[in-house]
Amino acid sequence: MERLRKYGFVIGFLIVPVTLYVVFVISPYIQAFQLSLTSWNGYQAVPNFVGLENFTRLFKDEVFWNALRTHGIVLLVMPLVVLALALVFSFLLNLGGGSRGAGMRGVTGSTFYKVVFFAPQVLAVAIVGVLWKAIYRPDEAGVINGVVMKLGGEPIGWMSDPDLALWSLIAVMCWQAVGFYVVLFSAGMSAIPKDYFEAAALDGAGRFTLFFRITLPLLRDTLQVGWVYLGIAAFDCFALVNVLTLDAGGPDGVTTVLPVEIFKTAFTYSKVGYASAMGVALFFLTITFAVLTLRVTRREKIEL
Amino acid sequence: MRRNRSPFGALSHLALIVWALLIILPLLWTFLAAFKNNTEIFGDALQLPGEIRWDNWVRAWEKAQVGRYMVNTVIVVFFGTLGTMLFGSMAAYVLARYKFIGSKLIYLLFVSGMAFPVFLAITPLFFVVKQVGLHDSLFGLIVVYIAYSMPFTVFFLAAFFRTLPEAIAEAAKIDGASHTRTFFQVMLPMAKPGLVSITIFNVLGQWNQYLLPLALITDRDKYVITQGIADISTIAGYEADWPALFAAMNLAILPVLIVYIIFQRQIQSGLGAGAVK
Repeated sequence: MERLRKYGFVIGFLIVPVTLYVVFVISPYIQAFQLSLTSWNGYQAVPNFVGLENFTRLFKDEVFWNALRTHGIVLLVMPLVVLALALVFSFLLNLGGGSRGAGMRGVTGSTFYKVVFFAPQVLAVAIVGVLWKAIYRPDEAGVINGVVMKLGGEPIGWMSDPDLALWSLIAVMCWQAVGFYVVLFSAGMSAIPKDYFEAAALDGAGRFTLFFRITLPLLRDTLQVGWVYLGIAAFDCFALVNVLTLDAGGPDGVTTVLPVEIFKTAFTYSKVGYASAMGVALFFLTITFAVLTLRVTRREKIEL
Repeated sequence: MRRNRSPFGALSHLALIVWALLIILPLLWTFLAAFKNNTEIFGDALQLPGEIRWDNWVRAWEKAQVGRYMVNTVIVVFFGTLGTMLFGSMAAYVLARYKFIGSKLIYLLFVSGMAFPVFLAITPLFFVVKQVGLHDSLFGLIVVYIAYSMPFTVFFLAAFFRTLPEAIAEAAKIDGASHTRTFFQVMLPMAKPGLVSITIFNVLGQWNQYLLPLALITDRDKYVITQGIADISTIAGYEADWPALFAAMNLAILPVLIVYIIFQRQIQSGLGAGAVK
């Protein structure tokens, strides 16, 4: 009887979440793999099986390589900039005030800075895109060009110059992300015992030594988590590219990313099979990145 | 030891102030632009609005339909988060504390969802949603939000439920409480800190959502705020109502910023929960 009641309870609690999850999450994922082997356009009654044709076409598709190039550059630059800035800021905020009396402390006003730095994180990415679209406007009506022209310079096509557009995009990603990692690293730093810093400071270590010899090694795990998170974000970029860049991925496809191409291919061109193949490629890219990062950066933990 | 007057202290303050300004100034500029008229918006970016024009905000709310987008968003995020928390905590609790055949498998099924990019599922998802008749419906969007919030919610809450002491659940059982009652009246209240973090995480995540509504909602009356504002900005050419667009952006930004400033501590740790694993 008790066994029966237990099973009744277990099933009762699981039935709704599992059903929703299987119908709306698991089944689309499985279908995506199946559809990637077809030329389905969304209307045919029975999808036409074409084997690996979508993938061979994908590897010859210029758009695909454009997107990979964007992901690659973002993946190399964005995490590096964000992590470096966040590390420096969080070090200053938590330990930059030097040791006064009992232990290390941050610079004055550190709570204020943390609140401000984190703020872009709570704004929706799509809205951040619209905001920066206005800031980047190519004439005097854009904030940056307004300043440039006041100083006597020529207006700059932040999003329309093919050599510049991707960097302008990456700048916005950094603008939004840094605050989150400042808060994350601050939490990590406050977990480091204070006497480590005191002992080092007594031995005459300066701020740079404290940063490179104590803080950095002890934050290794947190840094690794941050790296994986930012790397996965580099394979997304959907909302920002869709809203901020010229014609979603332009000019000339220099800012395009796979998610944006998947969306266009599926919903604008109705090439569902091909879009699914892109999705499968994206999946393998993300997984490869995550596994590689965890492999390469694994090392014995430092015991606190 | 050194005081802050050293060159290092001055430099570090400078770096922090510059970054703070880089964040505050764009937001402040957007706020001021919401009071400008079209000529001022397309003129010198650095000028102040000639007068305070609240009618921009009224036009944004009514004519540009931002009011409707807001109401839609609040409905979807409210019920989406409520459903996520209810079903997520039920599943997490059962998977964390009951032994039965297949429990490992179901848990893995939920957690594996975190490894798949949503862009892989988005196309088939569109057809699934259409097939069950939930296309272009706020209810459909809510259901999809709940489903896609499951992996992380279950993962996080299962870890949390595992840490709760066995003795209290045992005591409730001896007192004759049913499994369901033990869950709602004993275990759930004990899990409150975890529930708060993950609720904040889900509210912000669902508020932020752009891809899912873009794919699943085409009826303009059912747009959510992110989709609506991105849409206004793409159709807004030079002849369009830019002051109303800026007002609309502020209507989307200000409530979030105000809530953030009030609950900043909880929000920071709630979002941080995502990274602590």
